[in-house]
Amino acid sequence: MAETAAVVSPAATEPPPGTSRVPRGVRIGLTIAACAAAIIVPLFIDSGGNVMNNLVLAAAYIVMALGLNIIVGFAGLLDLGYVAFFAIGAYTMGYFGSGFHANAGGGEGLHILVTGPAQNLPGIHVNFLIICVIAVAATTVAGMVIGLPTLRLRGDYIAIVTLAFGEIVGRIAINGDEITGFGTKLTAGRQGITPVDKIDLPGVERFTSLELRPWFYVALALVFIVLFVNFRLRDSRLGRAWIALREDEVAAASMGIPMVKTKLLAYGTGAAFGGLSGAFLASYLNTVNADQFAFSFSIFVLAMVILGGLGSIWGVVIGAIVLSVINNYLIPDVFNSLPSKIGLDFDLTELSFGIFGFLLVIMMIIRPEGLLPERRRKMELVEDVGTDEAVFEARMP
Amino acid sequence: MTDVLLEATGVTKRFGGLTAVDDVNFSIPQQSIVSIIGPNGAGKTTFFNILTGLYKPTLGRVAFEGRNITAGRPDRIMKLGIARTFQNIRLFGTMSALENVMIGQHSRMKAGLFGSILRVPSVRKEEKRVREHAAEALEYVGISKRWHDQLAVHLSYGDQRRVEIARALASDPKLLLLDEPTAGMNPQESDGLTALMQRLRDDRGLAILLIEHDMKVIMGVSEHITVLDHGEKIAEGGPEEVRTNPQVIEAYLGKQASQETP
Repeated sequence: MAETAAVVSPAATEPPPGTSRVPRGVRIGLTIAACAAAIIVPLFIDSGGNVMNNLVLAAAYIVMALGLNIIVGFAGLLDLGYVAFFAIGAYTMGYFGSGFHANAGGGEGLHILVTGPAQNLPGIHVNFLIICVIAVAATTVAGMVIGLPTLRLRGDYIAIVTLAFGEIVGRIAINGDEITGFGTKLTAGRQGITPVDKIDLPGVERFTSLELRPWFYVALALVFIVLFVNFRLRDSRLGRAWIALREDEVAAASMGIPMVKTKLLAYGTGAAFGGLSGAFLASYLNTVNADQFAFSFSIFVLAMVILGGLGSIWGVVIGAIVLSVINNYLIPDVFNSLPSKIGLDFDLTELSFGIFGFLLVIMMIIRPEGLLPERRRKMELVEDVGTDEAVFEARMP
Repeated sequence: MTDVLLEATGVTKRFGGLTAVDDVNFSIPQQSIVSIIGPNGAGKTTFFNILTGLYKPTLGRVAFEGRNITAGRPDRIMKLGIARTFQNIRLFGTMSALENVMIGQHSRMKAGLFGSILRVPSVRKEEKRVREHAAEALEYVGISKRWHDQLAVHLSYGDQRRVEIARALASDPKLLLLDEPTAGMNPQESDGLTALMQRLRDDRGLAILLIEHDMKVIMGVSEHITVLDHGEKIAEGGPEEVRTNPQVIEAYLGKQASQETP
């Protein structure tokens, strides 16, 4: 610091941090155009086709990536176990919207505000919107529970604890079919809970696996909600506190920011979106299968956030779309036959994580701040600002 | 006793075998400027960190306005009215000067999670008020409007020190702790800061605790000086008393050769 004494900013015309270089009018125009395109374009796409399927998955991934962005991007807490929240959200859907609890209601089933065939099936069947609320509540609590042991930790150590948490939840999902209580199993293990109730909204025609367009619009609605929450939080008292904690915990605490509460709010809100997306995906994919909740999925979502630009809301949206398209379309459908064409005997899908890894390495070399970087992050990386090592012993509760 | 703002009794802090602060008794009267001086490594900053809750003292008690704050959480202590600056400037680098000062008001704000998401009228009003208050605080310490939206790290060194003071002031504290505020400043800037400290005491009724190496600043503003050496309080009193105290001279300059025994 001392050597920068008396150096006055060479860039006195720089816009304030946190705002974009793009003029406000252009930004609003682009936002409206993007939202309008997301609403209108799917009307012209085959409702039962593969493209529509990819759109639905991409939208669900955006919700998850934006959730993780709050934890990692805003608050700077590296979470490698985000899949746990996907799992908890999905199991909430499985518990309250399938025939999994076959003995519920004395074999007759419990039904709350459901219509259609689910009305007569055994098991617990609750309306999708109520399940969403339960999933959000459950994952918020789970997020705070995972947050608690990491409060004393920093950086890499947080990553390790969250990694372990993700693994624990994943293992419980796999082996839960051997754990029984109250006349039911904990999970259905690798066999999976299937079928899962379709989304059941009042005043809307029944959702089916053949018509995917309604699913897309539900997912898009979730994306809009999560985007809105992300923007509002970023520019709020809480958003500022997260940035302050990310940059310098000791200074932040000394300036009156309650560390525990602020961090737990980041974990809780971030986790809630993972749960929301998980409940949606469980219904959409019609299964809650332990194999879905592997460690690699945490990395997949984290890769979306990093590829797009940590902390950058639009960047994360783009990162989620790009990786979703590569994972669900380009690798299995477009390039999958490539190895056999050149005389090699394997599927490209077996290599998908190798390909993601390769993309991330390329990305880190060419554009480490992400596709659409957030200005603050870019400054940290490019101008080496705000990364001073903490000097004092932070005394945490 | 009502005019004592902060009282530390028997404060001791050990790091393993090293005693950084050793049984220090110390008090700060209301609306006064008091200083702690001492050679490097005397335990001054450690003492600061104990007062602000960053360290938990091994022994001893700290009371602020009669309330026990020993080992309280830093953010709670800040909320009670003790704000500080740091020896090595610790501004939030990727935030503008104004945003930095707004952080200082965090504990005085109420906006919660849902209020912020929905941006209800009270939250909107609060944001506006905090922004204006932050701008006032910056103007008060002498940072003109054109710098408010600049990145804090792009300001000159002296200005960064001032932004840190503004950030501390933004919370409307009763006690301000300044850790070597004039380090790296030129004489004019030091004089400006001395005047600012006096203004804070006289206009705003603040008490200020100062750690400083610049003797001109110390002797100019302090009403009471405490001298630490190797964690122990070796002298205290008014500026004149301390200046002529043989133990203080010894701590700073070493013993005279004739006194070296055997």
